Amino acid sequence: MQWETVIGLEIHVQLATESKIFSGASTKFGAEPNTQACALDLGLPGVLPVVNEKAIELGVRFGLAIDAEIGMKSAFDRKNYFYPDLPKGYQTTQMDYPIVGVGHMDIELEDGSTKRIGVTRAHLEEDAGKSLHEDFDGQSGIDLNRAGTPLLEIVSEPDIRSAKEAVAYVKKIHSLIQYLDVSDGNMAEGSMRVDCNVSIRPKGQEEFGTRTEIKNVNSFKFIEKAINTEIERQIDLIEDGGTVVQETRLYDSAKDETRSMRSKEVANDYRYFPCPDLLPIIIEQSFVDEIKASLPELPDQKRDRFQQEMGLSHYDASVLSASRDLANYFEVVATEAKDAKLAANWVMGELSKFLNQSDLEISASPVSAEQLAGMLIRLKDDTISSKGAKTVLEAMWEGEGSADEVIEKKGLKQVTDSGAIESIVDEVISNCPAQVEQYTSSEPDKRGKMVGFFVGQVMKASKGTANPGQVNQVLKKKLDALC
Amino acid sequence: MHNKTLAELADGLKSGEFSSVELTTHYLDRIKSLDSQTNAFISVTEEQALSQAAEADKTRAAGDATALTGIPIAHKDIFCTEGVKTSCGSKMLDNFIAPYESTVTEKCNNSGLIMLGKTNMDEFAMGSTNESSFYGPTKNPWDNTKIPGGSSGGSAAAVAARLAPIATGTDTGGSIRQPASMCGITGLKPTYGRVSRWGMIAFASSLDQAGPMAQTAEDAAMLMNSIAGLDHKDSTSIDTPVDDYTANLNNGLEGLRVGLPKEYFAEGLDDSVKTVIESAIKEMEKQGAILKEISLATTSLSIPAYYVIAPAEASANLSRFDGVRFGHRCEDPKDLTDMYTRTRGEGFGDEVKRRIMVGAYALSAGYYDAYYKKAQQVRRLIKNDFIKAFDEVDVIAGPTAPTTAFGLGSIKNDPVAMYLEDIFTLSVNLAGLPAITVPAGFANGMPTGLQLIGNYFQESKLLNIGHKYQQVTDWHKKTPEQFA
Repeated sequence: MQWETVIGLEIHVQLATESKIFSGASTKFGAEPNTQACALDLGLPGVLPVVNEKAIELGVRFGLAIDAEIGMKSAFDRKNYFYPDLPKGYQTTQMDYPIVGVGHMDIELEDGSTKRIGVTRAHLEEDAGKSLHEDFDGQSGIDLNRAGTPLLEIVSEPDIRSAKEAVAYVKKIHSLIQYLDVSDGNMAEGSMRVDCNVSIRPKGQEEFGTRTEIKNVNSFKFIEKAINTEIERQIDLIEDGGTVVQETRLYDSAKDETRSMRSKEVANDYRYFPCPDLLPIIIEQSFVDEIKASLPELPDQKRDRFQQEMGLSHYDASVLSASRDLANYFEVVATEAKDAKLAANWVMGELSKFLNQSDLEISASPVSAEQLAGMLIRLKDDTISSKGAKTVLEAMWEGEGSADEVIEKKGLKQVTDSGAIESIVDEVISNCPAQVEQYTSSEPDKRGKMVGFFVGQVMKASKGTANPGQVNQVLKKKLDALC
Repeated sequence: MHNKTLAELADGLKSGEFSSVELTTHYLDRIKSLDSQTNAFISVTEEQALSQAAEADKTRAAGDATALTGIPIAHKDIFCTEGVKTSCGSKMLDNFIAPYESTVTEKCNNSGLIMLGKTNMDEFAMGSTNESSFYGPTKNPWDNTKIPGGSSGGSAAAVAARLAPIATGTDTGGSIRQPASMCGITGLKPTYGRVSRWGMIAFASSLDQAGPMAQTAEDAAMLMNSIAGLDHKDSTSIDTPVDDYTANLNNGLEGLRVGLPKEYFAEGLDDSVKTVIESAIKEMEKQGAILKEISLATTSLSIPAYYVIAPAEASANLSRFDGVRFGHRCEDPKDLTDMYTRTRGEGFGDEVKRRIMVGAYALSAGYYDAYYKKAQQVRRLIKNDFIKAFDEVDVIAGPTAPTTAFGLGSIKNDPVAMYLEDIFTLSVNLAGLPAITVPAGFANGMPTGLQLIGNYFQESKLLNIGHKYQQVTDWHKKTPEQFA
């Protein structure tokens, strides 16, 4: 039987606010447990929430960027359940009136085509704290630093058909929220967590199969693996005559398997109702207009501009626009070096190779965009050869200074003085009579290949500083004159 | 000294007739010798009160005293007071020392008021009799075999027994007005959003409102001047200019249109209470008020609507009492579920558990539309009923409760009978309106109060009417014999 996979994603994005969604406590990552939890975050009796306006603004910002309806009237609800790291015994979230309504996100598939993924909604909510199960001798510790951190939960339509599409969609959202400064997108610190709803159905069937939800997956790699593992599990299960149970599952990356956490539908009735401590949020059109006017250039717009105005290929433009940091880096290099294609080649080629080897993000590159541009300028004006350029980049990577400093220090400046080149060529010709004899006695159409030997000799004699193009020219002229 | 009103106490302090330390000591002594008869206080903060009083005397000597500087006050034990036990009448919070100050008590402190202690109340403000308190029921100072009303029964009894010149209370469904009526004092429930709820332990967030409980309308007005106003820490606090509530107390009542809802004088209202209320209304008429019969047809719907909405909100508000971070925790929990179950089972009393269960049920999948949603629709109808009525009249008058205080324990096992007691007070909370109760006389030997309901933010008008009424009556001056 041919199976089709149906995937819908819920992405929790931590909003880049200084303080929490309903309190003044800091949202900074990594503090000592419970040092960033005020009376409100602790859920003490008598405390009241006040909405952080910045969270509303960031929600609207995201909504506008995915071309969504903005909830001009949104409201908070209480989702009731007991858990030790949920201080109030309910989570304040948005149920009926989310800040962001229906929108969409276009992703690029491997065959180069574009697919539109529907976004059902995105709503604001508060994060819970963390339970710490180690170090407490059989007891559990609770850290409420994260409690009350603002989240935007972005819910997709079940439009995704493979793990690869899912990853493309998540990457696109990840890129977008960083472009928008809606979130730092730091997945290792939990700034973006993904719940994957996965089901399968016989190809051609319209009705959805029973879905499972894989909770809290926090890397692109694990999203792909978790979904594929789950698809396999479901296919095996059904083909063996079993049925998929609607439940929440956990992905264990060490074992590459998903495990049942709890049966969602049976266990929980969240008893949602409007939060009486918070009035509905009414947004003025002017607020939306202001945010709209302040939106930066978005990834797709940037990609199109790189293609149309800078003459990059679609592929290069897509790669370079995928992350805001990369795009910004590239643009500085391209502008300063006044050569977009050359800049693209070096950023995506040599520089990326270095970054990958050291597992660094572009933002942590030891070679600044200005430094790289400085090197490309010297490459373009023939001060250095391509080979020399690689040497320069390596030296800059090691912190040996600007391109010019490296060129000077390492003597990488190309010899372009034709007199100097001619004298080296003459020297080589007089030192290699046998090879010259061979050259002059060969058929003219075979001589081209033989020039290589002489070029090598000249480069060696010049310690690699002679301009290879010029050397080639001079050699040809002089050797042909001997024939 | 203890039969003086706030204005009189303020004069005495000003003229140097007595100091704040003397005045405070006098009340503390009274509490020590007399509170065993009423059980109005859960905590008495003697040391803190005396040091506050000494501070107040210094402030006065420095010439920086304001209207309330140095006057003692009692706070309902629902307001968080920093460093002081804040129990909310519950075993659950018997060990809870609030680490922060509520806005109401902070404002009182800033006005120079001296906190005598924290008053008894129905557990988590759930009740109309004060019998659900973990600390035992408060007894009515007029007859210690009877209830004081609730849930602010401790505050009402403290003021009635002259154990405090004034007190704070909270009113979710009548919890200021009903005990005020039953103890023969004045109580004002302000417009929802007029007084901040920050630091006031929530029962039903969309209904809770703090207000003054005092001997006179003038006293209540003086406290309102201190506690009313916008608070950015409470999102439901309303940004409307605050009146000087003492400024218009003496306005005449000529031409005042008083609506008398026929539903408030119907079957169920005790005959002798009815007689008292009717004669109080006649006093208003004598002062030039124009009486008009009106109808508030939704009155009877207020009970079912309230007893769905309030428990629903409470069921979530009380989820935080889980034994994890503060308050009661059961001994040696086996696991998480055991900790939750026993902590909450032991920490909450019957009425609280009943309301949590009712509320959780009303919000459950499959029942939400039939209960919670329907109740909210009814709530809108009730509000519209009042809005329509206020097109025709300036104020609405009627009884506060259908009966006077009844015997302790007499309806303890009949929650529905207790809920029916709230028939005249609930609508006001559902609509978010202000209302005042003033002592209007005695029925069956017990005090009963006239309730006046105003339009939104008409607290000044209600205090004005109450004050004018108290200029021609002396019910508010009556003191139970053993507390005289």
